[in-house]
Amino acid sequence: MTTKIVIGLDGTETGERAIAFAKDLAKRIGTCELLVAYVIEWSPYTFQTPEENAQRHKRREEEVDLATTRIVTPAVDALKAAGFEAHGIVRHGDVAETLNSITVENGGVQIVVGRASADGFKKRLFGSSTQNLVMHADVPVTVVN
Amino acid sequence: MKTLKQLGLPAAIAAFTASAAAAQEAPGLDDKINQAFADLTGPFVSFIFAPFPGTGFPWIVGWLVIAATVFTLYFAFVQLRFFSHAISLVKGDYSDPNDAGEVSHFQALATALSGTVGLGNIAGVAVAVGIGGPGATFWMIVAGLLGMASKFTECTLGVKYRNEYDDGTVSGGPMYYMSKGFDELGLPGGKILAVLFSIFCILGALGGGNMFQANQAHQQIAGITGDYPGWITGLVFAAIVFMVIVGGLKSIARVTEKVVPFMGVMYVAAALVIIIMHADQIGWAFGQIFAGAFTGLGVAGGMVGALIQGFRRAAFSNEAGVGSAAIAHSAVRTKEPITEGFVSLLEPFIDTVVICTMTALVIIITQQLIVDPDTGKYMLNEAGNAIATVDGNSGVSLTSAAFGSAFSWFPYVLAIAVVLFAFSTMISWSYYGLKAWTYLFGEGQTKELVFKVIFCIFVVIGAAANLGPVIDFSDAAIFAMAVVNVFALYFLMKVVRQELASYSERLKSGEIRKFGH
Repeated sequence: MTTKIVIGLDGTETGERAIAFAKDLAKRIGTCELLVAYVIEWSPYTFQTPEENAQRHKRREEEVDLATTRIVTPAVDALKAAGFEAHGIVRHGDVAETLNSITVENGGVQIVVGRASADGFKKRLFGSSTQNLVMHADVPVTVVN
Repeated sequence: MKTLKQLGLPAAIAAFTASAAAAQEAPGLDDKINQAFADLTGPFVSFIFAPFPGTGFPWIVGWLVIAATVFTLYFAFVQLRFFSHAISLVKGDYSDPNDAGEVSHFQALATALSGTVGLGNIAGVAVAVGIGGPGATFWMIVAGLLGMASKFTECTLGVKYRNEYDDGTVSGGPMYYMSKGFDELGLPGGKILAVLFSIFCILGALGGGNMFQANQAHQQIAGITGDYPGWITGLVFAAIVFMVIVGGLKSIARVTEKVVPFMGVMYVAAALVIIIMHADQIGWAFGQIFAGAFTGLGVAGGMVGALIQGFRRAAFSNEAGVGSAAIAHSAVRTKEPITEGFVSLLEPFIDTVVICTMTALVIIITQQLIVDPDTGKYMLNEAGNAIATVDGNSGVSLTSAAFGSAFSWFPYVLAIAVVLFAFSTMISWSYYGLKAWTYLFGEGQTKELVFKVIFCIFVVIGAAANLGPVIDFSDAAIFAMAVVNVFALYFLMKVVRQELASYSERLKSGEIRKFGH
C-alpha cells in the first residue's frame, strides 16, 4: 500500500528543508507518494471593495497560477526527477486548516512543514500557522528546522 | 497617472480650484452653487415626489411599498422562511472548499452593506423621526421587513444575468437583467429599461451616493471645527476619492473597508448601552412608536406623515428595490444565483430593522423631541414642518445630540464614523455609477476616467450645497432607479420563482447540503 506524505510549502527556504526531509522519509518507507501543497492565505470574512469583488475571480486565477508555476510545479518536477511519485496542489484558505483538509481528503498519513517564519507580533498574537497545524492536525506533523 | 496628464486633467482641476478660491473672496459661493443646484433639479424632484391626486401621499412611496408587498406575497414570505438559511450561507456552511479564494457570501454581504449602512441610518432616521415622529420608526421597520423580499428578487437576478468576461472579471446589475432577462423571455423593451436605469443610476450615484454623503460629512466636520465653506471639505474629499478611484490607491479604501464595520458595531453597541441605561423607558418608547404609527401624535402630516417619512427613509437607507445591491452582489461566483438572493435579504434587516431602529430608539428615549406637557403631543418647530427638538437639531446633529446626551464624547466618534461611512458609501456608489456608465458608453479606460472625474466634481458641489436641495435630489434620483427597476422585476419575478422552487426542492431532498455534513 502506498503511503502518502503531504509537504506544506510556504515559498521560503524552509520549504526546501521540508522537501529534503520528506524525501529522506519516503526513501525509508519505500512505496511512498509525496503531495506538495501550497496554501494561499485567504479568509472568506475579510472586507473588500465592490471593485475588488468584481476582479476577485481573475485575481484568484492569477494567484493559483503564480503559486503553481513558481513554487509547486518546480518542486514536483524536482521530486519526479529524483525518482519519487509526486503531485502538487494549490488551494486558498487558512493555512493550518487547509493543509489538514488536503491531507485528510487525500488519505495522507503525515504532514511535513518547515518552521514558520511569521514576524514577532503577529506570531505572539495569533500563533504561527505551524503552531496551529501542530495543535489541530488529524495526522502527525513533522516540523523541520 | 500618465493617462491623466494626457487628458489635461491636472490643469482642469487646478483651474477649478483656482476659480473656487477666487470666488471665496466674493461671499456666498456656497449659496450660488446651492441656488443653481436647486433650480436645476427642482422639476425632477417635483415629479418623483408628486402626490397621488387629491392626497398628500407621494406615488413613489406607494410604488415601493406595493412592490415589496407583492414580492413578499409572491414568494410566500421568503424573508421569514429562508432567514436562517441565509445565515447558514453567510457562515459558509454551504460553501464548497474548492471554491475558496472566490468572493464569499459574507464578503458580498459586507460590501453591499458598506454601501448602504451609513448616513441613511444616522442622518436619515433622524430626519424621519424629526418630521414623522416616533411613529415613523414603525413604518420604517415594516418597510425594512417587506423590503427584504425586493432585495431577494433583484439580487438573485443580478447574479443570474451578469456578464462574465474572458479576463475573469464580472459586471452585473439591473441593466444586465433587464436586457438579457427580457430577451430570454421574449419581452420587448428590456434595453430601453436598461438605458433608463443606467441614467438614473448615474444620477443616484452622484446624488445619494455622493453629494448627500459629502454634504453630511461637511456638516459633521464643521460642527466640530466651527463653520467654514463647504467647498473646502468638498475639495479635500474629492482629492481622496480621486486618489482611490482614479489613482488606484487601494490602501485608503482597504483601511476604510476595515474600519467601517468596526464603527458600525461600535455604533450599535453604544445605542444598546444607551437604551439599557434608559431601560425603564423602553416600554414608553415603543408605546410612542406604535401610537405615533397610527395616530401621528401631533406630528406634521399626522399618521400619513409618519408613514411617508418611515417608508421614504427606509427605502433610502436600505435601497431595497433600487437595484444598487444587485450590482454589488453580482460579483459572487456561485452555481446557485438564488443563494445570493437569500444572503441579500439580510441587508434590509441589518440596515433598517436593526440599525435604523437603534438610532430611532436612542433619539426617542433620550427625549430629543419636545413634547407639549399640556397635550402630551409633540410640539412643532416655528416653521411648522417638523417636531421641535432640543437645541433645534435636525438630521445628523439630532442623532449626535441624542448620543451625546449619554456620552459627551460620542459626537466626536460619531463625526469620525459619519466621515468614514460617507467615504465608504462614496466608494461603493462610484462603482455602481461606473457600471451604469460603462453599460451606456462601453468599457474603456478613458470613458471610465470621465465618469470618475465627474464623480469627484460632484463631491465638491455636494459639500457646498444646503441639505434641503441635496437630500431631495438624492432621494429623487435613487427613487427614479427604483421606478425602472421594480417595473422590470414584475416581469422577471417568475424567473426567480422557478429558481426558488428548484432550489427548495433540492434543499429538501438533500441534494444541496452543508459541506462536511
